[in-house]
Amino acid sequence: MTVAADIKTDTSAFATIRTPDLQPRPVKVKATGVKVFYGAKQALHGVTIDIPDRTVTAFIGPSGCGKSTFLRCFNRMNDTIVGARVEGEILLDNRNIYAPDLDVVELRARVGMVFQKPNPFPKSIFENVAYGPRIHGLARTKAELEEVVVTSLQKASLFNEVKDRLQEPGTGLSGGQQQRLCIARAIAVSPDVILMDEPCSALDPIATAKVEELIDELRANYTIVIVTHSMQQAARVSQRTAFFHLGHLVEEGPTNMIFTKPIEQRTQDYITGRFG
Amino acid sequence: MGAILVGYALLLVAALSAIAYVLGRTTGARLKPAAGEKIHSLPGYHGAFVAVWVGIPALILVILWAGLQGPVIDRMITASLPAELSSGKSGAEVALLVSEVKNVAAGRMFSEPNPAIVAAAERLNAWESIAGWALLVIVVAIALGSISITRSKLSPRFRARNDVEKTISGLMIACSVVAILTTLGIVVSLVYEASAFFAMVPFHEFLFGLKWEPQIALRADQVAGQGAFGAVPVFVGTLLISAIALVVSVPVGVFTAMYLVEYADERVRAVVKPILEILAGIPTVVFGFFAILVVAPAVREFSMTLGLAASPNSALAAGLVMGIMIIPFVSSLSDDALKAVPRSMRDGSLALGATPAETVVKVLLPAALPGIMGGILLAASRAIGETMIVAMAAGLIATMTINPLDSVTTVTVQIVTLLTGDSEFDSPKTLAAFALGLVLFVVTLTLNIIALRIVRHFREQYE
Repeated sequence: MTVAADIKTDTSAFATIRTPDLQPRPVKVKATGVKVFYGAKQALHGVTIDIPDRTVTAFIGPSGCGKSTFLRCFNRMNDTIVGARVEGEILLDNRNIYAPDLDVVELRARVGMVFQKPNPFPKSIFENVAYGPRIHGLARTKAELEEVVVTSLQKASLFNEVKDRLQEPGTGLSGGQQQRLCIARAIAVSPDVILMDEPCSALDPIATAKVEELIDELRANYTIVIVTHSMQQAARVSQRTAFFHLGHLVEEGPTNMIFTKPIEQRTQDYITGRFG
Repeated sequence: MGAILVGYALLLVAALSAIAYVLGRTTGARLKPAAGEKIHSLPGYHGAFVAVWVGIPALILVILWAGLQGPVIDRMITASLPAELSSGKSGAEVALLVSEVKNVAAGRMFSEPNPAIVAAAERLNAWESIAGWALLVIVVAIALGSISITRSKLSPRFRARNDVEKTISGLMIACSVVAILTTLGIVVSLVYEASAFFAMVPFHEFLFGLKWEPQIALRADQVAGQGAFGAVPVFVGTLLISAIALVVSVPVGVFTAMYLVEYADERVRAVVKPILEILAGIPTVVFGFFAILVVAPAVREFSMTLGLAASPNSALAAGLVMGIMIIPFVSSLSDDALKAVPRSMRDGSLALGATPAETVVKVLLPAALPGIMGGILLAASRAIGETMIVAMAAGLIATMTINPLDSVTTVTVQIVTLLTGDSEFDSPKTLAAFALGLVLFVVTLTLNIIALRIVRHFREQYE
């Protein structure tokens, strides 16, 4: 089943929800009472959620609802924002990532991130992917490094398109290829978790379909958390969905349940397009 | 007398324009549109339209008049001089007579002048005053004529606003032309004087000669050297001092910029940036004091403790201080270049688990390199052209050396010494300054063009 075909035949918004992944997975990330403040402004009001291992979890909700803020707590990217403060506890494999003795650099190697806008470095395609392995010393020889780069590009379904021009700049690729390059770059450091912050919002429908297909493949090996504005996308790629509104986690559950039988009225209103 | 009247004429033009504005504005305000018509322009534009057409022609007339009045009257005076005074004399001698007439006319008399000269001086005063009054009368006539013509043109559908717009854009073009013409004038005068020099000293000898001894005799009775105009040692000195300055300023400036962009929080930035700007605002002559009084002795003592001989005005001292002077250039341009790298690059690198230092060195710096290079080249051209610090702290003797503890001289220092004091404009000693200036100009221009191209290329990358 290809996602591109889904888009063409997708007349009713949520007709194509994938067979839900019903077998219970162990919890990979456990967030408890997470609050985020930007200066005096509170952006997140105590969010508690379990993210299961090797599953795609989608965060949906209207703009400014705190879903991206919450996502950025998982790799502590909020630390880079002046005046941002995080309270609460986030356990990754039962270790608090906000513990004082935790090395942020090590954490970010385990929790990769793909951004809204493709952001390849102004380097060659090869160097873009080799960047992470190089700084973390993941490859001892040149041959090993090449292997890591090639495997990562293959996993990101980009290798066949770029194998003859690995030395050309990554910025010369198309938008969708750039985004898959960024995914390859994140995979290259062998993370456990991949965070995706609206990864398709800058892409055209065909590139979007390819990235969605890739996300579905990656789920076999990685825990994926994706923030998206598109409810169709959440329905297509995720097994679990969490709905955020005004800094609160309103409802969270298996994707097919959230989209067909939501418990909360606000969720119902949002997914049927009554506000948003 | 004549000059004063030109000043009055300018005041008169201003006053007439103001009157024209008021008249035009009143006329504009009184316009009655026909039924279904709208008045095209506001009264202020009608006023400005009339004022512009009064002011600009009158102003052009005054400027032309002021330029032409002198030569025309000079010629008339020359023609009116009695034949026994001017016959058989060369142009320069006649010009001397005319200037004597002018001195007498202005009341500057050193001896009892020739009665013919006094008569000519009286004529001169009379003509100048006639010319001045004629100017005032013509200005008033032009203004009145222009006011009546332009006011009759005003009508409800008259597009005064668009006309004023055209005039303003014309004015702006004229201003930019002034800057361009000035630059051209400088280049032409440099080339003119330099070509006079190259008529005396062969081009290749100047460019490739290894000996610089410009202190030749100005008068036949002076004892002086033969003179040698090989500019290579002077340029080697300039390059040595500039290289030292860059060795100091590039690492300090670039690292400062990295710190400010990637590490410093807002409070530190708020302190450090203004201090750097103060550094940029220190007059170079003050840096010169600093070089002589502090750095040069320190360099000398330090090299003595190492057992090395240093000259009192070493290239190192001048270069170090010049380096400090151009730190703000390098740091602020590097700061801009680093800040122009999109935040997403930084985030991408940090999210991969890179430390801030790795992010700066491996991602931000390569991405900002063109901009930083542009900044360094601009700083280099500044260092090469810098005069005051080296004039105070560097030496005068052109030694061909790359030893930073030796005394060297620079192009700018040589220009200063060649052109100050009594100088004759037909001696190669003086004209050599222009040849040096020309080469310096070409070098810094080339550096600037390269720098601007790099900076432009860099801008295209992210916009």
